[in-house]
Amino acid sequence: MTKSDTIAAIATSMTNSGIGIIRISGEEAFFIADQIFQPKNPEKKLSEQGTYTIHYGNIMDEEEILDEVIVLLMRGPHSYTAEDTVEIDCHGGVFVMKKILELAIRKGARPAEPGEFTKRAFLNGRIDLSQAEAVIDIIQAKNNYALKSSVRQLKGSVLKKIQRMREKILYEIAFIESALDDPEHISLEDYPQNLQKKVQDLKEEAEDLLINADQGRILKEGIRTVIVGKPNAGKSSLLNTLVGDSRAIVTDIAGTTRDILEEQIQLGGLSLNIVDTAGIRYTEDVVEKIGVDRAKESARNADLILYVVDSSTDLDENDEQIISMLKDQNVIVLLNKIDLPLVTEADMVKKRIQKPIVCISAKEETGIDQFTGILEEMFLSGKISFNDEIYLTSIRHKTAMQEAEKSLERVLESISTGMPEDFFSIDLMDVYESLGNILGESVGEDLINEIFSKFCTGK
Amino acid sequence: MPFLEEYVNVVVVGAGHAGCEAALACARLGLETVVFTVSVDSIALMPCNPNIGGSSKGHLVRELDALGGEMGKVIDKTFIQSKMLNVSKGPAVHSLRAQADKAEYSRAMRKVLENTDHLQIVQAEVTDILAEKGKVAGVRTYSGAVYHAKAVVLCTGTYLRARCIYGNVSNYTGPNGLQAANHLTDSLKRIGIEMYRFKTGTPARVDRRSVDFSKMEEQFGDETVVPFSFTTDPETVQIKQASCWLTYTNEKTHEIIRSNLDRSPLFSGDIEGTGPRYCPSIEDKVVKFADKNRHQVFLEPEGLYTNEMYVGGMSSSLPEDVQHEMYHSVPGLENARIVRNAYAIEYDCINPQQLYPTLEFKNLKGLFSGGQFNGSSGYEEAASQGLVAGINAAMEILGKEQIVIDRSQGYIGVLIDDLVTKENHEPYRMMTSRSEYRLLLRQDNADQRLTPLGYQVGLISEERYQKLLKKTELIQKEKKRLEEMMVGASKEVQELLAEYGSTGLKTAASLAEILRRPEMKYEYLALIDPERPGLPQEVTEQVEIDIKYDGYIKRQLKQVEQFKRLEAKKIPKDLNYDEIQSLRIEAVQKLKLCRPISIGQASRISGVSPADISVLLVYLEQKRHQKNMEE
Repeated sequence: MTKSDTIAAIATSMTNSGIGIIRISGEEAFFIADQIFQPKNPEKKLSEQGTYTIHYGNIMDEEEILDEVIVLLMRGPHSYTAEDTVEIDCHGGVFVMKKILELAIRKGARPAEPGEFTKRAFLNGRIDLSQAEAVIDIIQAKNNYALKSSVRQLKGSVLKKIQRMREKILYEIAFIESALDDPEHISLEDYPQNLQKKVQDLKEEAEDLLINADQGRILKEGIRTVIVGKPNAGKSSLLNTLVGDSRAIVTDIAGTTRDILEEQIQLGGLSLNIVDTAGIRYTEDVVEKIGVDRAKESARNADLILYVVDSSTDLDENDEQIISMLKDQNVIVLLNKIDLPLVTEADMVKKRIQKPIVCISAKEETGIDQFTGILEEMFLSGKISFNDEIYLTSIRHKTAMQEAEKSLERVLESISTGMPEDFFSIDLMDVYESLGNILGESVGEDLINEIFSKFCTGK
Repeated sequence: MPFLEEYVNVVVVGAGHAGCEAALACARLGLETVVFTVSVDSIALMPCNPNIGGSSKGHLVRELDALGGEMGKVIDKTFIQSKMLNVSKGPAVHSLRAQADKAEYSRAMRKVLENTDHLQIVQAEVTDILAEKGKVAGVRTYSGAVYHAKAVVLCTGTYLRARCIYGNVSNYTGPNGLQAANHLTDSLKRIGIEMYRFKTGTPARVDRRSVDFSKMEEQFGDETVVPFSFTTDPETVQIKQASCWLTYTNEKTHEIIRSNLDRSPLFSGDIEGTGPRYCPSIEDKVVKFADKNRHQVFLEPEGLYTNEMYVGGMSSSLPEDVQHEMYHSVPGLENARIVRNAYAIEYDCINPQQLYPTLEFKNLKGLFSGGQFNGSSGYEEAASQGLVAGINAAMEILGKEQIVIDRSQGYIGVLIDDLVTKENHEPYRMMTSRSEYRLLLRQDNADQRLTPLGYQVGLISEERYQKLLKKTELIQKEKKRLEEMMVGASKEVQELLAEYGSTGLKTAASLAEILRRPEMKYEYLALIDPERPGLPQEVTEQVEIDIKYDGYIKRQLKQVEQFKRLEAKKIPKDLNYDEIQSLRIEAVQKLKLCRPISIGQASRISGVSPADISVLLVYLEQKRHQKNMEE
């Protein structure tokens, strides 16, 4: 919101494009860059270099080299945002870009809001007036998207967990505040010990979530994949096979329910987010219009469609229906049941649909390696990609969760050093706010409502 | 028909806690001021609880005093018991509360009003607001008299179309049977003001002689009393204090209430006004908190020269016979004689979103309002708004810039900002949890926060201001000294630390560092601080708090910095929100209704998202560019 704080984000799309750019803008951009960038010539301090200069060196997380990079320096007002700006060109791929961004955030930047670079550019007079409308649209669109995706991308179990944490925290704050407001009615005797235990638990939950965030288990990261096929083509066994193979890698967060509507699996180096199996089950009634509609909708929103064909039967009108909606999509055709006598051959399918075909047997688990190979190739060639906004979301979430954890730590510290109770609620409120940021919820009148509904105060 | 015609500067309608402060502020700033009241005998009346202050309300009184208001001085003269609440908690939530001698309080305030130059008291009911060319022009009274004025401050409290109710009995009067004001509402509606109808209530008063105190716990005042006003000499408030008494309701009480709920006008729907959640009637409490088997009841004296006692915690609008039965079920009140019944009161007030944070109406220049009329509740909330409305009415006439107290400057700012920005559907009461910067907004530093502003508007004398500057200087100096004064791990130091259960030093440390340890206090350090200057307690208290809570205070100061930046981005009064295409419809509606003065205020409106704020910022910048180019 304010122009003097420093923001950072990944400025390029997060596909496999060889180079990625991390952009840092704001008063402390150079200061932050100094801390994370080690130039080839150690005598050269980055922040002392001139505008529009390029520097070569390493991004360092303490002693560890994260990536070999080129850094571009632009002094305000001669940059896109008109602020001091540093752009880090790295080539370590998505994972490294995330790491570098996180490092910049740890050193004092904050994750940029959707459209914030553009907004700053405009507010600082860098963008022509005639473009103002467009700027507003970008901000609005990006925000709408982020707002929707922010919560939607959160796994159901994680979402519930954060909501529960928030509820618990709000209750404690309301209790403290009621006691402060009405000390003659509500006593805080022995309360700190009581709270300590609860905060300890909450902190552990936050730590758990952070570990899981690092392992990519918080968000529905991955290629949105939908399996389609006519009844009995073997979709379920395919899913089981894929899930079975990756079960060792993909575990859900302990103690929470597995998401019903999706499975996240790892194949090769890629994450697939196999979405909406319920909907797919519905497509088994391909003759029913509603089923087709569902399948169409899932397919439209998917990054990748796995079309399962039963090689032991003829292609029928159900297949025709499916093929007709796959035209402009990324599709891999899986010719299943090759362990049975062959009725439909790969060539016959090829005539109908011009997409890569793999022969598999879900039952015998054959052909999976070949399938994985095609998948990787499609990704590396840039044919399928996935939503890059998700990484920003993930970093925003992680930052917020880290802040929540820090605030919980402060509460514990206040309790152990015997600080007065009113300080607990200040830090707890920060936790509540940080967690709210993840869910896209502001504080508003929550506290006042909680006080009035849970505690009987007043004259 | 001929009628009386007078010319004054300011008209204040109502002489309750808001009206008194408003009228005094205007008159003290040299403006000819008339204050109207339906009864001169009810000036500064306390129709409900017999106390001033309490959690966060005590802060308001301190701030009011720091700005040059009167409430703190009057309660210091007329209190009969005083307590600093929350002393075991942090300094931010310490709050003063004093039991008042109600009649004495009213008399003392009336005396101040009667002896203030430029101030005239008139007993009459104001029925019309007069406006000319989009500006307020004066008022007309019930008798037809016209008072021309450049500014009008409305402080009608709970009197507009007031109705008192218990059981199926309802009287069209203000509190205590005082005459209601039944005509002004229509006049306000005619000038386009949106009205709300709120409700509040008060418990019964019982005869002290009929109360069995042996069944109750005695509640004493503090041994050393701290005055409300920064100008009161603490010596003068060390008086003999009266006691309050604590007892409890029980299952029997609750049973009586439950079996008579159908006779309550609240549950039967006879009361249409919205009541406050924080000040529930006893029947509300019993219904809402059914699992609680008892509720506290405080018996508080209404004054020294009366036997009436206020039954705190048991406000009600149940029928008279049920009230008697209910009160008699409480230990100590078995034979209590009820002097006045509990009742609920309904009254007209406004949707305060129609006001600027200066408390001036957006749609009528020169018309201001304060107090319960603005949808608040409580004497302290009323007085605070009255003072701000009065000051700004005066500023308007004197051609000076009106003042806005923001959320980082005081609880008064929080109160007013909440009222004029957020949707409010019940009488608003101050609470410490409503303030996001409460470590900075302490009752002990209200003078440092607001007295400079009071001086700037002209309500604080040069002498008082100089005294404050001196105090501030001493605080800064002593803080600096403590930060710089190093002590080593000498035997003397280690022994002192051990004595207070603190771990010994390993290396040298500053006195400030030692003071930051939760177990240490400024006075403890005297032994190892030979160069300590002799400083008054009001100075050392500030030094201690500032150093001790330095970490938290710095964090809040940083937040305030952010906050101030958004407050500084002003929105033109005539902005056409319909023109901003990318704003969501909900946001447009909310913004049009509230017409915020700054981006900061806009961001606090519920239903306005951060994205909307971004859009608004870009739009304003675009407008600014266009304007610059045209020029």
